[in-house]
Amino acid sequence: MKTLKFIGYLLTLPVILLLWWWVATSGEPNFFVPTPAKLAETFVNTWISERLFTDVLPSVTRLALGVLAAIVLGIALGLAVGLNRTLRALTEPVFEFFRALPPPVLVPVLMLLVGINDGMKIAVIISGCIWPVLLNTIEGVRSIDPVQNETSRSYGISGFNQIRYQILPAATPTIMAGVRQCLSIGLILMVISEMFASSSGLGFSIVQFQRSFAVPEMWSGIVVLGLIGVALSFIFQWCERRVLRWYHGLKEVEHAV
Amino acid sequence: MQSDTSTTAPQGDGVTASRGRTLPDGEALLSVRNLKKVYRTDGGDIEAVRNLTFDLGRGELVCLVGPSGSGKTTLLKCIAGLMGTTDGEVRLDGQKVTGPPKKMAVVFQEYGRSLFPWLRVADNVELPLKNASIPKAERKRLVAEALEAVGLAHVPRSYPWQLSGGMQQRVAIARAVAYQPEVLLMDEPFAAVDAQTRADLEDLIRSVWKKLGVTVLFVTHDIDESIYLGERVIILSSSPTVVQEDIVIDLPAERDQLETRSLPRFTELRHHVYAEIQRAKQGHRPAEAAGVVTE
Repeated sequence: MKTLKFIGYLLTLPVILLLWWWVATSGEPNFFVPTPAKLAETFVNTWISERLFTDVLPSVTRLALGVLAAIVLGIALGLAVGLNRTLRALTEPVFEFFRALPPPVLVPVLMLLVGINDGMKIAVIISGCIWPVLLNTIEGVRSIDPVQNETSRSYGISGFNQIRYQILPAATPTIMAGVRQCLSIGLILMVISEMFASSSGLGFSIVQFQRSFAVPEMWSGIVVLGLIGVALSFIFQWCERRVLRWYHGLKEVEHAV
Repeated sequence: MQSDTSTTAPQGDGVTASRGRTLPDGEALLSVRNLKKVYRTDGGDIEAVRNLTFDLGRGELVCLVGPSGSGKTTLLKCIAGLMGTTDGEVRLDGQKVTGPPKKMAVVFQEYGRSLFPWLRVADNVELPLKNASIPKAERKRLVAEALEAVGLAHVPRSYPWQLSGGMQQRVAIARAVAYQPEVLLMDEPFAAVDAQTRADLEDLIRSVWKKLGVTVLFVTHDIDESIYLGERVIILSSSPTVVQEDIVIDLPAERDQLETRSLPRFTELRHHVYAEIQRAKQGHRPAEAAGVVTE
């Protein structure tokens, strides 16, 4: 019953939208908007083919590598900065500057510095994704309850053990909020990084379809992007629920009181 | 070793502080000598603790009681090594305390913030032991014993926030007990729990103290609690803090919430401590009233 209800909620709105789209396109054929059936057919023909391995998988791999690297680097740097007052004062204005830069403008710069290769595309993704994780980690570490820190100190929990057993778990709720932002930025940058000087990938393919007026194919590429976004969101939620089970329970108890 | 401290010189402003009971060299487990703590703030210095001297013998259960704002928490943090002293020193087993000592455990007033919400009850108790690299089998045994001792053997898999306030403070006590400290410091641990839970927790502390032979320093603002729990009560003056009086609680060793509290002697002691605290609040300072307290 519970699963049935869940599936109901999950599918109701997509089904309504699909019906609406179907009704709207069932009259005169429109060059720019394909019918659902046409799009489904194009989707299968275009993506369930060699493209899956030549375009989709490489893109998704770069996205995964970029996002993971951004998360690891962001947390490591964030811990270092968050735990050190001097480092914090020193880096904060600089971080604000770099964070304000829109990552797409870095693409040409990175092309020159890194070269035109996978490394450049991953670097673009990292350059945009690292900020929410980094800044949230700093904030999460900085706002740890002083009683928790005193508890650790009084029990001789210090150094690496303190980071592992106390600081990192305590900052995790804030860090996870940063990771969530980082995922959506990553998807955007994955596409953008493939729009310049690229010969394969999802972003490249979509731009290619646009330029050759392959309208249904272009739409089907957008659907692929949307599906990747949904998959990322589900993976994130699944991880978050495991990692932060205690946090959601705690909040529930606090709100009940 | 501490002979230099036996002649307490008058303080800078001419007030000679009273002092608590001291023990001959080498007999005290915890000794506090001429402890002074001044907070330096932008708005000027705040003298929280002026001059405190007292000793705790091995296995004692001593309560520190004083009016609110008498620097009790400051004093406890200095003793725990969580805060540096401005002057004077704290020694544990002859060793000067400069940071949190290994053989000391602290139970904080804010149990909800002191327990780690991401760890289950047993894991919270186990963490300090894990950090100290105690072998796993030994850890499991200590955790089980500690939870048994505080009456929480049935909830090791719960999270602290799933428990009531009193039970959470029991977890914090179990964590301290499992750590096997020589000195257990408690900073108003029951200030945030209801009266009935509080009575149970008081009896728990007495039983843990008896069973384990640990030395306990219990800070409270509650006069009744200090007399009911303590074998000795140190009354603090109002801030800047000195020792107002150090009295022995000559009540029977077996304490009972109803019987002990209705003993005439309990009432006498209560009157006495209450009067002292009132005097402290009015600004009475022992040295000023009684002249110079000499060795």
